Amino acid sequence: MSAASSWFSRHAQAAVAALGRLLRRPLGTLLTTVAIAIALALPAGLWVFTSNVRALTSKVTETLEISVYLQPGTALTAAEKLASEARRRKEVAKVVLVPADAGLEQFRRQSGFGAAIEALESNPLPHVLTVQPRESATDARSMSELRKYLSAQPDVDAVQVDTEWVRRLEAILYFLQVAFIALASVLGAGVVAVIGNSVRLEIGSRRAEIEVTKLVGGSNAFVRRPFLYEGFLYGLFGGLLALGLGTLVLAALQEPIAGVSALYGGRLGIEGLNADETLLLLLSGGLLGLFGAWVGAARHLARIEPRD
Amino acid sequence: MIVFDRVHKRYPNGREALRDVSLRVAQGQMAFLTGRSGAGKSSILKLVTLLERPTTGTVTVNGQMTSTLPSRAIPAYRRRMGVVFQDHQLLVDRPVYDNVALPLIVADTPFREIDRRVRAALDQVGLLGKEKSSPSELSIGEQQRVGIARAVVGKPTILVADEPTGNLDHALARDVMRLFKRFQEVGVTVLIASHDESLVREFAQHEIKLNDGQVTK
Repeated sequence: MSAASSWFSRHAQAAVAALGRLLRRPLGTLLTTVAIAIALALPAGLWVFTSNVRALTSKVTETLEISVYLQPGTALTAAEKLASEARRRKEVAKVVLVPADAGLEQFRRQSGFGAAIEALESNPLPHVLTVQPRESATDARSMSELRKYLSAQPDVDAVQVDTEWVRRLEAILYFLQVAFIALASVLGAGVVAVIGNSVRLEIGSRRAEIEVTKLVGGSNAFVRRPFLYEGFLYGLFGGLLALGLGTLVLAALQEPIAGVSALYGGRLGIEGLNADETLLLLLSGGLLGLFGAWVGAARHLARIEPRD
Repeated sequence: MIVFDRVHKRYPNGREALRDVSLRVAQGQMAFLTGRSGAGKSSILKLVTLLERPTTGTVTVNGQMTSTLPSRAIPAYRRRMGVVFQDHQLLVDRPVYDNVALPLIVADTPFREIDRRVRAALDQVGLLGKEKSSPSELSIGEQQRVGIARAVVGKPTILVADEPTGNLDHALARDVMRLFKRFQEVGVTVLIASHDESLVREFAQHEIKLNDGQVTK
């Protein structure tokens, strides 16, 4: 047998042995797995919430518009030139020119002040450009830059854009992001602690075996290996259970959300984790478990080294 | 070959276990460490198996000075050595086969080779056919022989035993000693700590008598 396949079979053996030990004490394994699953599911849930809010707001920002009022008396050709220049900017999705006459006509129809408008000698309305930014450019900074550009153009009288709520939304999303990182860090540390402790107890209960193994020439790496697999499996199982819990919660939420959605014209929906995020969750669980096992094993294994 | 040169061993609790111990066990010799409990027999075996390092002085095993051996080299060092304990130290939740195979498994020996050598070792101690038994199903004498099979399965050049017959009656004890003798006859250096004087008289080629941490003979 080659060294590589021997190495592989040792690892496979350690992994199977670790799995066997976990399955032999199902209650303890289940309790630990549930603790890990909850610790993983909470940040994952916040992540799902945040990304759904972000998806929702990006739909809202599609309707975000900047109104550019030109100086009264500006020639229509100048307004058209301005519009086509604005269209060439990469952060601009769409520019609609509402000429003064069309504006007046629209106002006449919609306002009910028809008679009063008839009495006017000249059209008091200016040409208006309605600029719609691209979705990628709806953050506060891009918006204020676009606004600055538009304000600086000749013949522009006023630029009106309500960036306040965009800024508020961004602040909320930023807060959610920070909250996610904080929650994930704290609970990730919790996962490490739970698995580290469980591996530590396991090592304590198998002390005699470890001593004998080391006495017959087992290296620390050899002794540590099955515990590392155990930690990894704990984390992986925790991640799977977290996914299961998340799926249940989402399923329970579908109906109430559909109800809300109906009230808002069917625009709402909730998305779970995508494939990449699912993989990331499982991997995080496994790696946290591996790390926890390493931490739990390190001190114990050093104990039966020779002393000077 | 095992050489101690002016070895002192003081434990962290201040106890002076060995004082100025110099001794020499030649290659292929069957040597006994004798003396009362606490005389330093176990300390010498711990120094040989590198469970401990000398406070001062040097321990040289097969030409390798243990005090300069880095920790990461200890596993390989121990694989060249077989160790037998008084209370056999078998893993009771594993069958005999797994117990005997352990030194080969930790050394990444290929499976087929493990199989062959485990059977050979069990054959040498007269327990072929007991591979699947649990150690707890075996008699005390058989358990000790499983321990010996585990010690010799890796073909060590040195066999170290700490009171290997302490729990056995005289007849069983002589069986075990004859087993050690057989390994000595094929060139293995054997170092046994024992306080059984009649066994020492019968089997010792070299006796190292300890009293209060010092060699008296």
